[in-house]
Amino acid sequence: MSTIERSDAPHEIVDPVFSDVPKAANTNASRFTAAAANYIDERTSISAVVKEFGRKIFPDHWSFMLGEVALYSFVVILLTGTFLTFFFQASMAPVTYSGPFVPLKGVEMSSAMDSALKISFEVRGGLLVRQIHHWAALLFIASIGLHMLRIFFTGAFRKPRELNWTIGFLLFILALAEGFTGYSLPDDLLSGNGLRIIDGMVKGVPFVGTWISYLIFGGEFPGEQIVGRLYTLHILLLPAILVAMIALHLVFVVVHKHTQYAGPGKTNQNVIGYPVLPVYAAKAGGFFFIVFGVIALIASFFTINPIWNYGPYDPSPVSAGTQPDWYIGFADGALRLIPPGLESVIWGHTYSWNILIPIVVLGLFIATVALYPLVEGWVTGDKREHHILDRPRNAPTRTAIGAAGVTFYAALWAAASSDLIATHFELSIEAVIHAIQATAILGPIIAYFIAKRVCLALQKKDREIALHGFESGRIVRLPGGEYIEVHQQVDEYERWRLVTFNEYKPLMIRPNAKGKITGTQRLRARMSRWFFEDRIAPITKSDVARQTHDHH
Amino acid sequence: MARKPAKANRRHPLATVVLIAIGLAFTGGGYALFTSTATAQTDTSATSTASSVAEGSKLFAANCATCHGLNSEGTGNGPSLIGVGAASVDFQVGTGRMPLAMQGPQAMEKPPQFTAEQTQALADYVASLSPGPAIPTADQLTANGNATNGGELFRINCAMCHNVAGAGGALTEGKFAPDLTGVDSKYIYEAMLTGPQNMPVFNDHNITPEDKRDIITYLKYLQNNPSPGGFELGNLGPVAEGLFIWIFGIGAVVALTVWLTAKSN
Repeated sequence: MSTIERSDAPHEIVDPVFSDVPKAANTNASRFTAAAANYIDERTSISAVVKEFGRKIFPDHWSFMLGEVALYSFVVILLTGTFLTFFFQASMAPVTYSGPFVPLKGVEMSSAMDSALKISFEVRGGLLVRQIHHWAALLFIASIGLHMLRIFFTGAFRKPRELNWTIGFLLFILALAEGFTGYSLPDDLLSGNGLRIIDGMVKGVPFVGTWISYLIFGGEFPGEQIVGRLYTLHILLLPAILVAMIALHLVFVVVHKHTQYAGPGKTNQNVIGYPVLPVYAAKAGGFFFIVFGVIALIASFFTINPIWNYGPYDPSPVSAGTQPDWYIGFADGALRLIPPGLESVIWGHTYSWNILIPIVVLGLFIATVALYPLVEGWVTGDKREHHILDRPRNAPTRTAIGAAGVTFYAALWAAASSDLIATHFELSIEAVIHAIQATAILGPIIAYFIAKRVCLALQKKDREIALHGFESGRIVRLPGGEYIEVHQQVDEYERWRLVTFNEYKPLMIRPNAKGKITGTQRLRARMSRWFFEDRIAPITKSDVARQTHDHH
Repeated sequence: MARKPAKANRRHPLATVVLIAIGLAFTGGGYALFTSTATAQTDTSATSTASSVAEGSKLFAANCATCHGLNSEGTGNGPSLIGVGAASVDFQVGTGRMPLAMQGPQAMEKPPQFTAEQTQALADYVASLSPGPAIPTADQLTANGNATNGGELFRINCAMCHNVAGAGGALTEGKFAPDLTGVDSKYIYEAMLTGPQNMPVFNDHNITPEDKRDIITYLKYLQNNPSPGGFELGNLGPVAEGLFIWIFGIGAVVALTVWLTAKSN
């Protein structure tokens, strides 16, 4: 593996690709390339950048490519979105449909809906591009979600990457906003129903709700403004912030260097992997086309959001099975789970708790996600830099918190499809809702304890394997007549992987300079005990030495 | 304690009889008026012969009377069938919903238990007991109406339970609005006319026969013109799409990342 290099020692790279390829210096083509490269370099000094960036090392692991999937889906969204703007009319001016789709002929609709139908049925390749755009959006947010889970469960958000977690979190929120504004643009029945729910949530805010709703919609819902406003957000403001944030996110990846999993030779001071040039540039470039290909394949064969079925928006009809796209599902689910009729009237003001409670709960959940790195950093009191990733089992409390969060999210998410669960599994919708209500509350607690115990058990197993190896099943009789089973020791590489992790102990309560123990300190000590009271210590060299003497 | 005088003495002994007679005259007269309009409709239905009514009567006694009563007056287990008409019988028996396999949230569709002739005989028999909506004629079912009007009516009146594309949806307590794809025009018409299970009745004053034909036209248009965008994923909307991207989209992409980062041997 001569291409494995340390990024802190870039000159050591022996480039097999270039050394293997026979030099073709005398052809016209290469002479032209050399001249062109020289021309540009003499005017821009770009070779320094190329040298620096081209020697950037990225470790190889499938889970490190999830963020790339998000980036590439975003590029696909930008490309297809640009095409769609050529034909889309973001206006709610009423027109009469006269296109080729028979069941809508003569129906009055907004220009937005009319042009979305025109894109679908009259613009050459329009439907394909629309479907690529929408499927890519679903994949974009799904891959962001998976990427965040990878970062969370491997502890990649620890110092020095806390800020990049926050930027990534903002990207996730921006992606949700992009998704929702896009979903609302065609002004079909589905998007209008979605907006109506947002309108309801806004109006549920005490005192100012109605005012804000009128401000957003430019009058009584649905008004004649909203599509144009959402369009500006969708194609101008949000993408601009998104692109800036993505750039910042990637700059930080370069500044911090990539994390890596523990392994022989991998330390906090190096990164072992392949350089950008030529390996990753080719690999990542190819991967872009693979992701684009997967999306295009899905979009060619599978309908997404058939607006022609939904028809133009009209506030009176609501279709069965009206749901938001999957990434807003958790919010829809929260509204479905809250018991109906939770309202109180105090001094002439109605407080819709059935709206306010979900908003507050979701807000707290999202805030926890955003702030988790800070909380964990404070609880552990760990100010060191971490470039080696945790295996999830080696951080049992974090993994358990993650499992609880995933369970809670999944329950809300499932609740958004409660009606379809009911029809497809032939259940009563009330039973489904009650079951999910119980899951949303009890599920995270159960998941927390199961995940924590499983992690600790796996750590014990690792410890056992590192110390004793595997039972080989080979029974040997010793000269003295004693029978023993020979244990097969794991090799050094494997053992390294099993034993390399940080050990944390609960923080001691210490008095401050004035000799007082503050409440904050007590809280911190209690949280630290919660995190690290149950733990499996990593094995030490002397453990191994003792063990290898005992056996054989 | 002075007893109050018996009030009964203040009325003529025959007052009750007269009152009943007047009541009967009103209801009977009203009933006669009502039937004269309704029978006009019944007469246009398929010819019911005396023999088919007799056949239907036997079938009814053997298969339906347990729950609906020997005279279709209804019992604790099943509603009265007075006035439900031939259309209702044709829908319930023709789609296999009746006879019920078991009591449940709602009658489930299953392979019909009776032949077309037997179903007709049952319908004739029930229609002979009292007037009610007739089985629609072939010219009411031609799917050549106005699909635009049908689509609008469908979205306003039907989509909240049956979904905009007629894919069905959930109702309360385990009941549901069924998928309308592939349902015979006749049954769609009869369902609108008679309101089976939890469905409301859309009578001819509410949705005219022409409107009903338009709705059927729209549904048949959707059925005969599959989505230009490709497979429809059951027309279930964003849930199906989300499930698809998470299983197949993310599944494919993750499989590819694993492949790309696999160590070459």
